[in-house]
Amino acid sequence: MNISRRQMLILLPAAAVAWESVLAGTPESSPNYKMTDHWWSMLIDISKCIGCGNCVRACQAENDVPDGFFRTWVERYHVTDWHLENPEVISPDGGKEGFPSVTEDDNGKYFFVPKLCNHCADSPCTQVCPVGATFISPDGVVLIDQTYCLGCAYCVQACPYGCRYIHPQKKVADKCTLCYHRITKGLTTACCEACPTGARQLADLKNPKDPIHEFLRTHNVQILKPQMATGAKVFYNDLDGSVR
Amino acid sequence: MSVFKDSGHLFRLVALYAVGTLTFLGIRAFFVPHSFGQYGHYRGAAITEIAAHPIHFAGHQTCETCHADVQEMKKTGMHAQVSCEACHGPLAKHADDPSIQPAKLDTAVLCVRCHAASAARPKGFPQVAAAEHSNGLPCETCHKPHSPAISAGGAK
Amino acid sequence: MTTGVEGYMYPNEITLYWSVLIVLYPYITGLVAGAFILASLERVFRVDAIKPTYRLALLTALAFLVVAPLPLQLHLGHPERSFEMYFTPHRTSAMAMFGFVYLWYLMAVLTVEIWLDYRRDIVVMAQSSSGLKRWIYQVLTLGSHNISERALAIDERVGWLITLIGIPSAFLLHGYVGFIFGSIKANPWWSSPLMPVVFIFSAMVSGIAAVMLLYMLIMRLRREKIDMLCMDTIASYLFYIFIIDFSLEMLDLIHRIYEADESFRTLNFMVHTKLYFSQIVLQIFVGTLTPIVLLALTQVLKLPEIARKRIYTVAGCLTLIGIFAMRWNVVIGGQLFSKSFLGYTTYKMALATREGLLMSIALTILPLFILWVLVKLLPPWPEKVQSGTSAASAAN
Repeated sequence: MNISRRQMLILLPAAAVAWESVLAGTPESSPNYKMTDHWWSMLIDISKCIGCGNCVRACQAENDVPDGFFRTWVERYHVTDWHLENPEVISPDGGKEGFPSVTEDDNGKYFFVPKLCNHCADSPCTQVCPVGATFISPDGVVLIDQTYCLGCAYCVQACPYGCRYIHPQKKVADKCTLCYHRITKGLTTACCEACPTGARQLADLKNPKDPIHEFLRTHNVQILKPQMATGAKVFYNDLDGSVR
Repeated sequence: MSVFKDSGHLFRLVALYAVGTLTFLGIRAFFVPHSFGQYGHYRGAAITEIAAHPIHFAGHQTCETCHADVQEMKKTGMHAQVSCEACHGPLAKHADDPSIQPAKLDTAVLCVRCHAASAARPKGFPQVAAAEHSNGLPCETCHKPHSPAISAGGAK
Repeated sequence: MTTGVEGYMYPNEITLYWSVLIVLYPYITGLVAGAFILASLERVFRVDAIKPTYRLALLTALAFLVVAPLPLQLHLGHPERSFEMYFTPHRTSAMAMFGFVYLWYLMAVLTVEIWLDYRRDIVVMAQSSSGLKRWIYQVLTLGSHNISERALAIDERVGWLITLIGIPSAFLLHGYVGFIFGSIKANPWWSSPLMPVVFIFSAMVSGIAAVMLLYMLIMRLRREKIDMLCMDTIASYLFYIFIIDFSLEMLDLIHRIYEADESFRTLNFMVHTKLYFSQIVLQIFVGTLTPIVLLALTQVLKLPEIARKRIYTVAGCLTLIGIFAMRWNVVIGGQLFSKSFLGYTTYKMALATREGLLMSIALTILPLFILWVLVKLLPPWPEKVQSGTSAASAAN
């Protein structure tokens, strides 16, 4: 292989642009990225999740997530027969190191549910922020301005999904950014990149060619806690009614 | 006008508050960040700052620019859809400077993360009770990680 | 490490983010609103019987109001950024609007009312005192020594108007604190339109009890006679408002039990376990039913003065404990259960940290110290002409 890495990258315009701006360390990255052209979301296919915890580890590595807190985590549900209201749920260390093996339960079922910020279109967390330190970006990602956040934790209380926490060292609110630093450079999120089964798919609802449209049309898809009317944009395929 | 004369102290109070309010507005104009309100009620510059965070996972497209041989091997196998860094871990540093060597992987840990038998995993997903399955032999004795099916030319 | 988790919590929920300081914040604000409303009764509705406590109530409100933002400030991750709340307040945030309600109440209502009421005394003292005190009073006069009959009549009228504005402002101040909790739809323990109303009435209860206790305590310290007509009147207000407060809380409880929505089993279990002591025992039995029964006794029986004094003291103290327990149960209780309704966590109060027990004790004592300074600076009662005679005090 004699061609330099840099030359090779030119072959891939998206990656090349991304890489150059990463190396340059310039915020004015990705000249070809237009915020108004995107409306980001994620698709999670429960029937494909194997509970390996790759996404949790990848997220921690990519985003420097402090121990004991999670931007994404995986839950294992155990539902017995008709007892949908009383599922038994575990998430040891957020599922980071996977889950203990279980044997077949003749009277019930097991399944995994990856969780992350739902990047709600009507997000209750951004609504309550007293200073405008958390907001929905023009491309539909709920972000936190950590240089402006007071650390009052009102947003943490307002999130129905438990997706936010106060960073123990930075003392500001922290949560999933949908790997905003990646998706604006043509890359997928760290969790999607690391997911071995394709159970997580980054999706752009404004892109008519995105496969999510076909998927939504042909599958039974749900969001979490629809009664909260948050406009959640993380869509779950094959989600059991017991999940909350 | 004695009414005004006798309420003079009230005007002093109002004046004091007016000065206070003006001072507040002055300080406010100085302290509110320039890009605040650019897109909405937040600091517009925050978006580009967040977008500038460093990347740790290079992405399989980047890997494939150099490791076309591996890509070729993977293409037809069961792991075709598994990204490089799903197993190898975040390697943006290596992509940036190939002299930084990624850590050696231990298949004994790696493979069972996904393939250890558990009733919680989807039924169709290949899974084994590792201890019985291989009699203690390392996975790569039979399965090449980049193309794990034995018939596809697994190492002997 | 034991995390104190039973059942399943979302992993980020295991830590409590709002500590005992956030319990203190509505507690202190409530005392402010309650004390102010008591003072307003005299001013607006001309209840002359409670006149001896009028100025004390105003000063109590001010002392606590000055401290009210401190627990908030201390619990912030970045207290140095708190000014952003005034510079770029977010319209849709109840917390941001609270900043302005607070400022309005402090600057436009309470300070002005106290200033107008004390202006004559301030001018007199600016001329009679010396040294640092003289200098302070001079500043407080704002350079106007006009205390002509006419000027004081204008002050009286403007003061009345301010009080009139002040009553809804006091309601707003504490109603807003209730709204901060009541508007969180994600949390079924908080989310209730009754929350602001319950907060206002419990605020009145705690504020009235606090002023009643402070008055009795100060009179004891000054070796002066307690005005029993005043105490009886205040106690009867406390009694009636307490009944309204308790009815509202019971209404909320009965509504929850009867509706038994998706959160009910979880909350019900929590009230019977983790909150049993603070909710059932402290808040309802010790802090509400006992004082109500005690106060009811003073209403129906003709008790001697000494018995009434003791009952008022005990009932007042229990009330303050009960209302504190109520704030605790709202703030801490609201974070003990998982929003998945599948589990519970535990609150472990730190001792000597920024958000710990010692700090909260300090913050509770601080307003009393400020009140002491205020009472020295702006005496609520005419100074005794000669020590030993106690009759002159209450008349004002």
